[in-house]
Amino acid sequence: MDQAFDLPGLYPVLPEIALVGGAMALLMLAAFGGARAAGASNWLAIVVLGLAAVLVVATGTGKYEAFAGSFVLDDFARFMKIVTLVGSAAAILLAQESVGDQARGQYEYSVLILLSTAGMMVMISAADLIALYLGLELMSLALYVIAASERDSLRSSEAGLKYFVLGALSSGMLLYGSSLVYGFSGTVGFAGIARALAGGDSGIGLTIGLVFIFAGLCFKVSAVPFHMWTPDVYEGAPTYVTAFFAAAPKVAAMAVFMRTATNAFAPIVVQWQQIIVFVAIASMALGAFAAIGQTNIKRLMAYSSIGHMGFALVGLSAATPEGLQGVAIYMAIYMAMTLGAFACILAMRRADGAVEQIADLAGLARRSPTVAFFLAMLLFSLAGIPPLAGFFAKFYVFLAAIKAGLYALAVIGVITSVIGAYYYLLIIKVMYFDEPAPAFEPMRGELRMVLGVSGLFVLLFFIYPRPVVEAAALAAKSLF
Amino acid sequence: MTLAALFFYGFASVCVASAFMVIAARNPVHSVLFLILAFVNAAGLFILAGAEFLAMILVVVYVGAVAVLFLFVVMMLDVDFAELRRGSLTYLPVGALVGVVLLVELVLALGSWVVTGGVTRNLAAPTPPLATLTNTEALGLVLYTRYVYFFQIAGIVLLVAMIGAIVLTLRHKPKVKRQIVADQVRRTKASAIEVRQVRPGQGL
Repeated sequence: MDQAFDLPGLYPVLPEIALVGGAMALLMLAAFGGARAAGASNWLAIVVLGLAAVLVVATGTGKYEAFAGSFVLDDFARFMKIVTLVGSAAAILLAQESVGDQARGQYEYSVLILLSTAGMMVMISAADLIALYLGLELMSLALYVIAASERDSLRSSEAGLKYFVLGALSSGMLLYGSSLVYGFSGTVGFAGIARALAGGDSGIGLTIGLVFIFAGLCFKVSAVPFHMWTPDVYEGAPTYVTAFFAAAPKVAAMAVFMRTATNAFAPIVVQWQQIIVFVAIASMALGAFAAIGQTNIKRLMAYSSIGHMGFALVGLSAATPEGLQGVAIYMAIYMAMTLGAFACILAMRRADGAVEQIADLAGLARRSPTVAFFLAMLLFSLAGIPPLAGFFAKFYVFLAAIKAGLYALAVIGVITSVIGAYYYLLIIKVMYFDEPAPAFEPMRGELRMVLGVSGLFVLLFFIYPRPVVEAAALAAKSLF
Repeated sequence: MTLAALFFYGFASVCVASAFMVIAARNPVHSVLFLILAFVNAAGLFILAGAEFLAMILVVVYVGAVAVLFLFVVMMLDVDFAELRRGSLTYLPVGALVGVVLLVELVLALGSWVVTGGVTRNLAAPTPPLATLTNTEALGLVLYTRYVYFFQIAGIVLLVAMIGAIVLTLRHKPKVKRQIVADQVRRTKASAIEVRQVRPGQGL
């Protein structure tokens, strides 16, 4: 019998233990503390996320493994975990008052976010297929619930149900692929799969398994052709939930995508590269064209996120350290932009409730110039206009694609990026030049904070990009 | 033909036939009963394969809990299954196409499957020979040691499912009268009985 773990062996898993333990403590608090504790639970959840981030940083550098190699903590995992934790904390901040608004005492929201984040961390650190699947399910199950959490709204229930059914289908595909890979390689560990593949004689079974696993992962990052759920779920779910969906889970799913592609399937890079190239092109194109006709800003953000996942996958398809560094930078910047944009969308609320049509933004520049300015900067950045952060995100992935010789892909990427700029600019035009619509209620403090931080990050990234770029470079290097 | 082969074909054919009846039966209660039959036969197949632990789990969990739950749901909900199934024929071509594609893929994949030295060398936790350990013991040896991580995460997934069920279904109804045992016990003669003088010829 091999000794599976001892106490020092649990050291790299401490952040996950903190998250899960914190979630359970919050549950106890909510159950026995009454209504007063419920109000504090959002702040406590943010504290728990912060504690987990500190624990991630405290592990320093270098690569640790736990549980016989199923769990790996390297620089890549650290980078992605920090980004994910920040995204989850911001999502709780964005939800802060909206949850209270409905006066239903939904303290489960923050608990479910904590558990979902724990699932993401498990995914990011997964070095075998079982851990990957379990992390994915832990994340998704919590997401299904919070998508449907507004029980009296038909749209929210529909969003939750749709997400659940399609998510179950994608999990099935992932499992089918995993079982084929296990059958043909004899192991579920990424290192073992790579060894089996490197030994040649990969067989058609491993390739089919690879395709199914990638299909399941594409669903989670909502890349074309597995994107159908995204607009409906984004539109139907409560807005603060959509803000969460668009940020942290995307980062985690992309991270697990990167690790699976580069660690487990590195020897058959030629085979998966063409899949990723196709998916990237299709996502970028759909994101650019389908968003043009949208009038609902949440649907627009859904198509925008599909497009951005396509751009990020451009970096992955390069399959080089530069490419993966580009993806890591892209995800960090994408998350900052998305959270800022959703802070503005959440602020679109009049006395008679929240509104979500683009036309409602008309004349925002005259009503609240600061918010309009920040939103305009975020939209410019999403469109990829220099010198904002979004430009650098695209710059790194396209540069990596060109270095890897994928010229056509890079050209298509630039073209779709220009087409996509149209609808971002359209919103800016509505805000600045259209006749003002009725004013919104004043923006809450938490929303201002998230908008301010993400806006400043996007505006000032070009002055001092080194910390993010270097951390991403280290992260990408640790994957190879 | 050996006895084991006879049993195998018996279990397998009943299993396939009852699985077909699950979707073909008109009465949903019959569907669930056929489902139970399919489970039991699958358990028989597991025993033939030497996986007695899986067989028992299948009977205990699926037959004992899941199928009975299905029965309850089918009987409690007034769903007109014939009505539901009316449109299903229109989806048959697409469904059949997907099924055929999957079948071809499976045949292609499994047709090329050989147990190479690489596969056996890669096995993370090879099953010990049946002569030395039963597979219940073999599972017990690794489940809480080597696979404790997965075991714990699976537990957390179940916790999320529990929280989710509560979040989505629990409603506090203010008008419902609840039994509060402490209050009932705390009732004394003084708070429960009132003594009134009733005058003759008058009511209260």
